[in-house]
Amino acid sequence: MSVLPPDMDAAGFAAFLEELRGAVGADWVWSGDADMFPYRDSFSPVWNTDEERHASAAVAPENVEQVSAVVRIARKHRVPLYPISTGKNFGYGGPSPNVNGSVVLDLKRMNRVLEVNNERNYCLVEPGVSYFDLQRAVDETGNKVMLDCPDPGWGSPIGNSLERGVGYTMPHFRDHFGSHCGMEVVLPDGEIMRTGMGALPGSDTWHEYPYGFGPDPAGLFAQGNFGVVTKMGFRLMPMPEYYRTGLITVPRRRDFIKLVNHVNYLSDSGLIGEVEYGSALRALMGDRDFLALITKTGGPSDAEMDAAASAAGLPSWQVELQFFGPEKATLENWNYAKDRILSDIPGAAAVDGDHFTMPATEEQLNNTTQPWQTSIKRRRSLGVPSLGAWKIVRDDGHVGFFPVLPRTGEAVFEVQRVLGDAMKEFPSLPSYFNALSTPLFWHTHTFQMVFAPSIKHDDPEHNAITHASMKKCVAVAAEHGWGDYRAAPIYQDDVSDTYSFNNHILRRFHEQLKDSIDPDGIIAPGRGGIWPRRFRA
Amino acid sequence: MSMRTSLFIALGVSALAGSAALAQTVVRDIERPDMPGRVVFEQQCAPCHGTGLGDDGSPTLPGTAALDAKYGGDRPGALELRSDLPAPVLRVIVRRGSGAMSGFRKGELTDEQIDQIAEYIAATAAANSGG
Repeated sequence: MSVLPPDMDAAGFAAFLEELRGAVGADWVWSGDADMFPYRDSFSPVWNTDEERHASAAVAPENVEQVSAVVRIARKHRVPLYPISTGKNFGYGGPSPNVNGSVVLDLKRMNRVLEVNNERNYCLVEPGVSYFDLQRAVDETGNKVMLDCPDPGWGSPIGNSLERGVGYTMPHFRDHFGSHCGMEVVLPDGEIMRTGMGALPGSDTWHEYPYGFGPDPAGLFAQGNFGVVTKMGFRLMPMPEYYRTGLITVPRRRDFIKLVNHVNYLSDSGLIGEVEYGSALRALMGDRDFLALITKTGGPSDAEMDAAASAAGLPSWQVELQFFGPEKATLENWNYAKDRILSDIPGAAAVDGDHFTMPATEEQLNNTTQPWQTSIKRRRSLGVPSLGAWKIVRDDGHVGFFPVLPRTGEAVFEVQRVLGDAMKEFPSLPSYFNALSTPLFWHTHTFQMVFAPSIKHDDPEHNAITHASMKKCVAVAAEHGWGDYRAAPIYQDDVSDTYSFNNHILRRFHEQLKDSIDPDGIIAPGRGGIWPRRFRA
Repeated sequence: MSMRTSLFIALGVSALAGSAALAQTVVRDIERPDMPGRVVFEQQCAPCHGTGLGDDGSPTLPGTAALDAKYGGDRPGALELRSDLPAPVLRVIVRRGSGAMSGFRKGELTDEQIDQIAEYIAATAAANSGG
């Protein structure tokens, strides 16, 4: 489906593309249906509908000077650019833009790992670098640091962090934007800016002190549209000497509240990495009566759930803990966790799990020796990039809604009940929210829960249900104070609308900034729900 | 030339939830000729379509598992054993994607690289035909 940029005719588009070819070379500018097909969002629930967003062309510069040149050309022609890094942001829009006719600024060719520093524990990368690429560079420099990866390793550290993506190791590394330190940005007028200590000529601390002097604008470039990030530094964890796991179970439903509080303490004290909450009662979900109980409108009572657990001889909840550090420290921390929790929750039990020297061997990475049925994904837990997680993709893809909620057992129970009841409007979808749904402890200080309905390219009715359920989930969650943390372009306005304190002053502030530096909307208009004056009219 | 260490493990597994159990031949190590497409394949395709173990106890990687399930034994799930993927066919599949695999852009994988992959796959299929 060929489209043109906004307010541009075919002749103007041809002239624009010709200027782009002059800047980056004819081999690196594409348009037309065949070449633009991979720039569609193949995980989109509005696939092949009028709501699907299509780019008009793509351009792939190979360095920051070419990025600057492309931005200046786009500004001259008033053509919106949509920057992507490795283009693998599936479930959140992939490589497709907010605005029809945008030109994708494809940064995949900028794929240099500029530095891995094993003594001061940071790296500096370009946007087209994938986690696989970065791991290769780490390997080549002695494997002395541990990455923190999202599930699929083909993503970009820069792209993922700018989406505020997450990983699965220690708390402060799991927040990928939070673990960045220093960035280089091409602004909407083509100027090249560096943040923090990068603004001080001669500084050697760009990736160690993020702020420099004065306001730090780095946050504007995450989920925003104020510039094109062309370099980012990231803090890296020194390769731990040892890794240890343990399992704790608690018998009753309400024990979850205390369990969460203890795990919060362990995490905030820096004693544990990512945890996996779960319930052995999920083994009963094949039983029709039990399934009816956990999906009951209004939620089951604690007594009903405790009776079911007792009858089955199973604990209500469990948490898998992961420890990093010197061997003795991991053992002491595990012993401390056991003592702390088992002495406070009657009936709680603990099981020692796998433990070994780091870095892990291939056999250890394969994760087949835990003495319980584990939910830990070993590679991601140890920061080893993989595509093994793609096995979770059902049908032709999915979209994701991950509301942010307080890190308490009470909040989890409330989300189970409220969103479980709300989603009964869509009975064909799997039950994402029921009395056994557990939180994800990904970001450093909050929980999230998962709603990720699938899409099918040849089933518009199925996709329409997915689309409607996503919008309902965003709205109902927001009514209870649970906001989405990240969204595909087709949902960004919906999510932005929910962050409405004081008559949407946050969005109005962003729009004032946008109007002042990019009134024509050259950089990703609409991204993050921020529209410049030209597109608000 | 690479060393040939072939190991074929027959497993009775259910490749995907809900599918009938089917006997699969899981291929682990095969002869891999040294040619330009090998590196491209290893970096761009093998993380999903390789012959290694999948994560956390999965017998195969996701792409290989998906093709095993799709073809039910009529064709190899491992791409490196496929003799029916000449460059023109591979270009279409790679650019347009299939199922949960999205299409690959020219900015990340050039036509020349896809052709190199096709040559490599044809060579591995030939080198390992007949067991």
